[in-house]
Amino acid sequence: MSPDLLFQYLVAGITYGTIYAIVAIGFNIIYNTTGIINFAQGEFVMLGGMIGVTLNAFLPVPLAIAGAVMATMLVGALIEMLFIRWLRRPSVLRLIVITIGLSIAIRELALLLWGEGVRALPYFTGTAVSSLSIGDVHISPQVLWVLGISAVMVAALNFFFARTLLGRQMRACACNREAAQLCGISAKNMVTLSFVLSAGIGGLAGCVISPITYVQYDSGTSLALKGFTVAILGGLGNSMAAIAAGLLLGTLESFSIWVMPAAYKDVIAISILLLILFVRPSGLFGNAEAARLKDY
Amino acid sequence: MARRRNLPIVVLALAVIAVHLLAAAAGKPQYLTQLTMAGYYSLVIVGLTLLMGYTGQISLGHAGFFAIGGYTSGLLCTYNLHASSGRALVSLLHAAGLLVAGQDLYGAEILVVRPWVACVVALLVTIAIAYLVGKPVLKLRGHYLAMATLGFGTIVYKVVLGSSLVGAADGISDIPAFPLFAGLAVTGKSALRTQNYYLAWGLVLGAMALLTNLIHSRVGRALRAIHGAEDAADAMGVDTARYKLSMFVLSAGLAALGGVFLTHYNGGIGPSEASIMKSVRYVAIVAVGGMANLWGALIMGVLLNFLSLRGSFGSFDDAVFGLILLAIMLFAPDGLLRAEFVRRLPGLRRVFGQKAEP
Repeated sequence: MSPDLLFQYLVAGITYGTIYAIVAIGFNIIYNTTGIINFAQGEFVMLGGMIGVTLNAFLPVPLAIAGAVMATMLVGALIEMLFIRWLRRPSVLRLIVITIGLSIAIRELALLLWGEGVRALPYFTGTAVSSLSIGDVHISPQVLWVLGISAVMVAALNFFFARTLLGRQMRACACNREAAQLCGISAKNMVTLSFVLSAGIGGLAGCVISPITYVQYDSGTSLALKGFTVAILGGLGNSMAAIAAGLLLGTLESFSIWVMPAAYKDVIAISILLLILFVRPSGLFGNAEAARLKDY
Repeated sequence: MARRRNLPIVVLALAVIAVHLLAAAAGKPQYLTQLTMAGYYSLVIVGLTLLMGYTGQISLGHAGFFAIGGYTSGLLCTYNLHASSGRALVSLLHAAGLLVAGQDLYGAEILVVRPWVACVVALLVTIAIAYLVGKPVLKLRGHYLAMATLGFGTIVYKVVLGSSLVGAADGISDIPAFPLFAGLAVTGKSALRTQNYYLAWGLVLGAMALLTNLIHSRVGRALRAIHGAEDAADAMGVDTARYKLSMFVLSAGLAALGGVFLTHYNGGIGPSEASIMKSVRYVAIVAVGGMANLWGALIMGVLLNFLSLRGSFGSFDDAVFGLILLAIMLFAPDGLLRAEFVRRLPGLRRVFGQKAEP
């Protein structure tokens, strides 16, 4: 394999890896404040893409994306308020099954609304065939958009959690719910907020990637599974590690096409998930000491 | 006590006969076909009830076991070994009477594995896989267990979808009938409809007899202890890992049994049987039945699968099961019959009131 081709695979891997990392961060935000794994996380990405494409019919791309992100955030808020907020001491099994039910409901609703068609937003700059050439390597400008927007998103999230009062309140809830409540923080509102944030991130990711990966009513499922793999790989709850894990998984997957038929691409990711769960459920970057205190 | 426990089995047997007579009297024998299929699906469901309801371990990959059973049996019964009939292993198997020679539709020579051998192999393969998967997976809890079993199910689905050996997206078709003994074969032919109906429900009856006795035994009490508090059960000397694993393997075996028989009954199997939606559907039915309630799961399983197979839900099939799952978990997490609002109905209180937590 020539170095150019190698680099081409690497770029593809990094692009997909970034997307997986964004989905994983969405998982982590909700997990940190509630201890719930939201199985409907992939559906937020799908919704973002679908709504974006629909709005793009009569709005310019930036406005369509903004609208799609807002709409997805609204869906996130509604989901939390209608299905999670009022439950009294729900068991983990119950929450798992509820979010699975939600993901099916959203998917079927999307099928009803948008049909089985495959959609995509137009490329943000240039067209599907335009590319930036660095030597013999060609990069689609959309890849740069994905990487750029993801980087801005991660930076903004970091700023939000580290510097703003609201972000700190959310972190306080994640650390110790009772103590945070004693300090006058409304834990319930923080949970709603985490769903809104998580949905917004997913929705934005859905818009940004749709020109490359396309979006269909059922495209959320595999993204959710990959995102969860990445979240586990990095250590559940640790968003910075999720980025590293995402890049790792994306690259591995991209190079797996070398040795296996492309039909088995997903199998690679899931096998990694299973392997990591069996061997080191605290994740690659997790602290083994802290892991011993947790229940897997 | 033992008599009271076996009473529902007798009632079920009578109900099976009554339904047959009713269908015959009403002139709708085709209902028996869907009831036969629903019966095979019920095997998966009662097995999953044992695992989820009584042992407290979620599995989002049971369609995978169903498919492994069905696909293994289907593949062995259709894979033509004629070209390699010179090989030592093949001739050895042939000499041992494990293979059957014949001609296909176009008169070409075929040599395939005998159905009963394929069935046994399929069950053994599934049990082996369930053991190998269950051993590490069942160390996990909660979300991790759910995701790991979901991952397993997805792998099975992707593999059968991507492998041309098992027909990729088309699946396996033209799977031969499964002759059991004189005059009885597992096949979809309408001449044998009634016999197959009784065969399927005979298996369900057997499974129910086994499981109801199991949950009222020492094993069943251990399982409920694990469900209640795993660490406490462990401390009391219950070998939790072994119990969880054997229940996982048992329920996977039941799923595979359903898969094998339904595959021969339908004469084919496709990748949709392995899909995650199928696994979620099984979980939904167990939840509607009341989690730790074998009879509830059986009734709901037959009812919902029958309606689904009759096409009552139209193109909203998946949506119906998703919404059922959501509604049950939101409003009646202990199952429909144990829901607060049902119990408050005056007449029903006496019936379901005492039937609190097992």
